Amino acid sequence: MSATLRFGEGNLQYDAQGRLRHLLSTEGLRERELLQILDTAESFLSIANRSVKKTPTLRGRTIANLFFENSTRTRSTFELAAKRLSADVLNIAVSTSSASKGESLTDMIDNLMAMQVDGFVIRHPEAGAAHLVARHLGDSALVVNAGDGQHAHPTQALLDVFTIRRLGGPIEDRVVAIVGDVFHSRVARSQIHALSVLGCPEIRVIGPRTLVPEELSALGVHVYHDLQAGLRGVDVICALRLQRERMESHRLPSLDEFHRRFGLTPERLQWAEPGALVLHPGPMNRGVEIASEVADGAQAVILQQVAHGLAVRMAVLAILAGAVGGV
Amino acid sequence: MHRIIRNIRVMDPGDGFDAVTDLAIADGRIVARGPLPADFQAEEVLDGTGLIACPGFVETSFQGHTPGHGRDGDLASELRAAVAGGVTQVLLRPDTLPVADTPAVLQEQRAVAGHLALARVHLAGALTTQLQGVALTEMAGLMESGAIVFSQAKKPVASAALLRLALSYAADLGRPVLLHGEEPELAAHGVMHEGRLSIRLGLIGRPVAAEQIGVQRDIAIAALSGCPIHFPHLSTAAAVAEVAAARQRGEPVSCGVSIHHLLLTEQDVGFFNLHAKILPPLRTAADRDALRHALAAGAITAISSDHCPWGVDREGMTFIQAPFGIAAVEWLLPLALRLVEEGVVNLMTILRLLSIGPAQALGLTPPSLAVGATADLCIFDPESRFMVEPTQGWSRGRNLPYGQWELRGQVRFTLVAGRVIFRS
Repeated sequence: MSATLRFGEGNLQYDAQGRLRHLLSTEGLRERELLQILDTAESFLSIANRSVKKTPTLRGRTIANLFFENSTRTRSTFELAAKRLSADVLNIAVSTSSASKGESLTDMIDNLMAMQVDGFVIRHPEAGAAHLVARHLGDSALVVNAGDGQHAHPTQALLDVFTIRRLGGPIEDRVVAIVGDVFHSRVARSQIHALSVLGCPEIRVIGPRTLVPEELSALGVHVYHDLQAGLRGVDVICALRLQRERMESHRLPSLDEFHRRFGLTPERLQWAEPGALVLHPGPMNRGVEIASEVADGAQAVILQQVAHGLAVRMAVLAILAGAVGGV
Repeated sequence: MHRIIRNIRVMDPGDGFDAVTDLAIADGRIVARGPLPADFQAEEVLDGTGLIACPGFVETSFQGHTPGHGRDGDLASELRAAVAGGVTQVLLRPDTLPVADTPAVLQEQRAVAGHLALARVHLAGALTTQLQGVALTEMAGLMESGAIVFSQAKKPVASAALLRLALSYAADLGRPVLLHGEEPELAAHGVMHEGRLSIRLGLIGRPVAAEQIGVQRDIAIAALSGCPIHFPHLSTAAAVAEVAAARQRGEPVSCGVSIHHLLLTEQDVGFFNLHAKILPPLRTAADRDALRHALAAGAITAISSDHCPWGVDREGMTFIQAPFGIAAVEWLLPLALRLVEEGVVNLMTILRLLSIGPAQALGLTPPSLAVGATADLCIFDPESRFMVEPTQGWSRGRNLPYGQWELRGQVRFTLVAGRVIFRS
């Protein structure tokens, strides 16, 4: 008996016919689904340049954005994505205080289902929350994971690979380095799986051992604790946001010390391949993980990432809703 | 009540007896094993053809939620599950609501258990108040109310100095202490094994080193006090090796393992599967294999189901929020028989690990089927196959990862002091 069958569930992201019904993680996605999302996003990207920025793709459907954590970029691009697809959108920001009233996550979902919601976009501070909801709903509504604890943030990773593919060239021959607090990063985990499936020949993770433990190599990445060595020959640099909490938990002595060893400055950018792309999922800590000269420089594609995020999220919602042809 | 069980395979790991014969029970005791006394008159004759009789099982870690709020089960529901699993003696975990750290709580447990009259219920007094590892409980008072051991349930004592005092104090009273060996800071907030899978899932892990250091430290402190200690549920090769080394030195240390750690690995967590969330966590296949090896080599002397029921409410919780535990006492024997099927140990050894081993760890008289022994026994059909249906069980717990497992070895009768308390 295999470990997954033992519990009577296969990959939750697929329905019985093998169609993608939820997007919970880039782990376990097949290359054809990733490519379908990226190709669909290409077609949605052009809509943004029209004067009427809407398609009727999801007319009559209702999407609930359920955010248990603060977010500006992700929440607003999901909202805009659903609206541009003509869906009705319900934005629910669940503050920690109302969540502590005692209503369980699944009870909240059941209440929204009673209002005939067709899809949920969920951000939650705990790893596994989106899986819990998807397991609870089965095929009755679609679930998009918009970030669960330190586990996954698949649409961020998809918009990153979309950006690399559009602006940096074919992923099959790019060397990609992820720099910073990889251990606590759901973005990094999702990037690693997406890049692997798309055939990225070399993925590196760079940072101090307290934030980039050796065990990460289990994900199929090369681990570096020295920025210069790690950046050599790199075509794409993905910086990560450094959380202030890491200082409180003694994983770092100070922000300055982190910048001294791993901050991306114009000089250090020279260690990578000429013209290497610089990505950052935002929000940035200028002067910590990234210097302003780099963030605002010619190699940074950070604002393009945001625009791409909108197209990618439109593509994900349209595909999961079955509004775009199956694979 | 006089009873005869005819033509049954009697397996007694106490003296190694293994033969198909007759058993006679009178006044709560075994009166014959083999040829019956000529004048023996039985009110009930059971046909044991194809069945095995063995000493009733002893469960060293049993969460009965009594006292408690009841929605996740109570002694009534959980003891019914236990006797359906051939278990005739259980030790209640002291981490109830409130904690079993005062005589009043133990008296309540004893009263409820006495009223139910199912399996024998043994009480554990908390070693420290609220299990917080800060102050000693009134251990002599707890003993007067029925405590046979002192236990920390699943909480380590963080202060080495306090643990030394607690073990020294318990040593005076002549009772063993059950410890959860784990370095608390290293394991803090961990919800699963620290390793490849925890990295993948973005969950905080509990490293092997935390258990190893905790067990190492507890053994060293026990040596200062002379108090016998038992770790009811170890999960790592490293920690079991520490116990084995201490036993070699002749120290009064022993350890058990949960059946789950012998059958499952961290991989069973899959994508956040709550049913595989237990403490200590499921480890790697290498640790599981080392535990199996230690079982065969005699370094581990007891198998427990580490019974801890949680009702349906838990299914609406995220992996991080959900409390630890598996409720599978009802299927303890058939799960353990898998180890026989897989060639890990033989049947007689499994029966010892489920009965005599745990009884010794708790300082109880080892159960036996010899003439004159108390008639606490389990009678099972070693060949009958069945599918585990979690919702069909006696326990109120719905938290078990064995749904739809096909197992062999159903319990047919459970007897306590010669009285049939379960039959199927």
